[in-house]
Amino acid sequence: MTARNRELGGVLVAGVIAGTALASVTIARQSEISVSAISYGAVFLALYLAAHIVVRRTAPHADGALLPLAAVLTAFGLTLNYRLDPDDGGRQALWVLIGLGVFAAALVALRHDYRVLESYRYLFGVAAVFLLLLPSVPGLGERVNGVRLWIDLGPLRFQPGELAKICLILFLAGYLREKREVLAQGRLKDFGPLLAIWGAAMLVIVQTNDLGSALLNFGIFLAMLYVATGKALFVGAGLALFVGGAALLYNAIDRVHERVTIWLEPWTDERVFCALNGKLELRQNCASYQLVKSLYSIGNGGFGGTGLGEGTFTSTDGTQLIPALGTDFIYSAIAQELGLIGAAALLLCYMVFVARGMRIALQAQDGFSKLLAAGLTFGFALQTFVIVGGVLRLVPLTGITLPFVSYGGTSIVANFLLLAGLLLVSNRANSP
Amino acid sequence: MNRQIVRLTYVALALVGALVLMTTYWQTWAAAGLADRQDNAIKRVAEFSVDRGLVFSWKPRKRLARNTQRKAERTTLFFRRYPYGSLAAHVVGYSTVERSRTGLERSLNDYLTASNASLSTLVDKALDDFRGKPVEGNDVVTNLDLDAQEVALEQLGTRCGAVVALDPRTGKVRVMASSPTFDPNLVENDFGQISRIEADCQPAAPLLNRASAGLYVPGSTFKVITAAAALESKKFKPESSFVDPGYCTVYGKRVNNFDTSSPFGTIDLEAALTYSVNSVFCNIGKALGAKRILDTAKRFGFYERPPLETPTDERAPSALYQRRQLYYPKQDPDVDAGRMAFGQERMLVTPLQMAMVAGAIGVGGNLMEPQAVDKIVGPGGRILLRQRPALIRQAVSKKTADAVATMMRLAVERGTGTAAQLSGYSVGGKTGTGETGVPGANTTWFIAFAGPDEESPAELAIAVVLQNQSGTGGATAAPIARAVMQAILS
Repeated sequence: MTARNRELGGVLVAGVIAGTALASVTIARQSEISVSAISYGAVFLALYLAAHIVVRRTAPHADGALLPLAAVLTAFGLTLNYRLDPDDGGRQALWVLIGLGVFAAALVALRHDYRVLESYRYLFGVAAVFLLLLPSVPGLGERVNGVRLWIDLGPLRFQPGELAKICLILFLAGYLREKREVLAQGRLKDFGPLLAIWGAAMLVIVQTNDLGSALLNFGIFLAMLYVATGKALFVGAGLALFVGGAALLYNAIDRVHERVTIWLEPWTDERVFCALNGKLELRQNCASYQLVKSLYSIGNGGFGGTGLGEGTFTSTDGTQLIPALGTDFIYSAIAQELGLIGAAALLLCYMVFVARGMRIALQAQDGFSKLLAAGLTFGFALQTFVIVGGVLRLVPLTGITLPFVSYGGTSIVANFLLLAGLLLVSNRANSP
Repeated sequence: MNRQIVRLTYVALALVGALVLMTTYWQTWAAAGLADRQDNAIKRVAEFSVDRGLVFSWKPRKRLARNTQRKAERTTLFFRRYPYGSLAAHVVGYSTVERSRTGLERSLNDYLTASNASLSTLVDKALDDFRGKPVEGNDVVTNLDLDAQEVALEQLGTRCGAVVALDPRTGKVRVMASSPTFDPNLVENDFGQISRIEADCQPAAPLLNRASAGLYVPGSTFKVITAAAALESKKFKPESSFVDPGYCTVYGKRVNNFDTSSPFGTIDLEAALTYSVNSVFCNIGKALGAKRILDTAKRFGFYERPPLETPTDERAPSALYQRRQLYYPKQDPDVDAGRMAFGQERMLVTPLQMAMVAGAIGVGGNLMEPQAVDKIVGPGGRILLRQRPALIRQAVSKKTADAVATMMRLAVERGTGTAAQLSGYSVGGKTGTGETGVPGANTTWFIAFAGPDEESPAELAIAVVLQNQSGTGGATAAPIARAVMQAILS
């Protein structure tokens, strides 16, 4: 069976999963099988079949597992977003449509040779820095939960950090391919770029107060530097610098300090000062309210979950118990309704996606392609780790999105671009 | 570069793998701990979609807690109503969204919400889920005698205090009244009204279950334990004689009898308990030492929480307390045994504990587990749990218990407790007046048992405590005990 036929089979399975999941949500919520649920499933399947046909035409030798995995992940996201808020579900569906459009456009535009991107590497580098600092421009950036991650363009809210990640990976793939032999000598002056990027990461933390995206981007940089040079010393030094820098900023920036405090001690027995209302409160009722409620949500799921549409996210009078449930905390909604079985299945999808992505990096012939595929895949894995790890209290919680699942347009589009990149590298590596 | 990529793959997969492990931790290992947290609004709200089990009294069989339904967005929610309001508020407790739960509503929550896991309930629940029917909880039948409970609360009136009555042969708790009480129906929507409740004590603390969590100076009721310890030690007999000068000297200080004007002169142990003579018990305490008396107290259940079905933090152990902590002396001189022997020192007890003491004396020394719950009945009428009488231990020998029982009978017949006499029954009791140091603010007690005659084991044991009294236990608490006993025995 060819890769394309495997992909077709996978997309059909994903369509059945999406249709069943959406139907079960509508049954649970309205106690009837509505025609709309079935039509949602059909539209979902049609969209991915169209994407499949584009891949068949533009990247016929590409890996056949990635598109179906992305389809299953978006099915998780659409179902949960629809379940939490039908309006958000509709908007998310629109973003999946746009994302698939961008995906198709990228495949068509770069079908002959994506490696032309390498020559624009410094442009991508500048774009990455520009996009990362964009939210801190006065008048443009909008603070959400005390973190500058968004910019407001009239009706559209745009999260530039997601696109910055892709630009950074493209820049690093080109730059490191060029400089890897030099850097691999490990002379003192070769630490220059490391220090420069570390400085940029710290600047991002200071400017946006966002530990998560700094950790994500710096982690991607270290991983790609390691792949390019094979020097574990760089990784060690980079991690030490990051931890040291973050520790300094921990004391200097309240927001970072608070995030770490919440992580270390979400429950207190004594009342502590609450910055939200200026009174003394138990921390679980104040700063760590969101994290703690999300853990309760996960715990309530247990092994088998409550079932789609049957979870508890609102109080008896209908108020939302967990803020930002559709974006940062979508994982705790999944864990409650689908239980350990469903959450583990979701994480398994991510693991298979990561394994296939790294396989593409191994198969790729040239340095740029290898670095690009490894960087995109590792960025995908690390982003999943940072957000889900934050929700699970494994690392301090930061507001970034869960790839393909969280509600949010920029994130969906960026991840479809990432998928297109991996398919293009794979297609080239497997071409006869 | 391939070697690095392979290593990076391991790192990336380990990162996502760690998430699987952490999810497993929260959803299996830590799930029970999370569910028990007081601020777990998700669990609490989720449980409001369960058709919660009802709570019944024993006699007459009435619904103490029932449900009202409210249609929410897509599910039916069940909220609690308490038809008898404040009558059994402390034992039954309340179940609310905003203020969590107390009483049996809290400790039996798993039964009431049918989340007590057994294979058949799991299957039933799954079937109900499938049919879209709300899960039905299990009903709880308590041992409460509702009429006697009402008498107890009426008798207490605006005074602060508590009444506990139980069947000492089985441990079944018939009355558990705490005053001031509150209306559990107000907890959710009008808590302000509860916080404004006033009574003859500060703070009024209407939510506190004084019957099992209120700690009071036992006063002379503790002499029952001292007398039992004295007989168990074989150093003393009921007819052992003492000379009462009207006071006793401990650590060079004089400790007076309640009434110092008329010393009893030569008196035996039996009469000393009948008339509650402090100096005699003071000297017995000095002779036995603190640890010996405390050992007997422990055999009656002191230093442990009585194993009632209510939540742990609604039951306090009776014991010596130092800075609000349980205190047990390392050696005898650490505690003033003379004062402890007649219920002063740092001794603090609960009415439930004292009812257990009186009961064990009344039935020949057997200390039974107190039980507020009779049975738990599943939706189909199937009995999931039936409480069987359980012996905690033989607290003292039958000989000792019967001898002390005789002394207590004499106290009611002609001593300090005559106000508790009940025609047709043989009542034994002991009064207590715990001095708090403030005039008119004594803690007064009466503990008693009652049986058909002197030969048969007692059918009922009771403890009554009142705060801030100017009278004695015999004048204030004994009449309440009499009224409640009459209500139960008639």
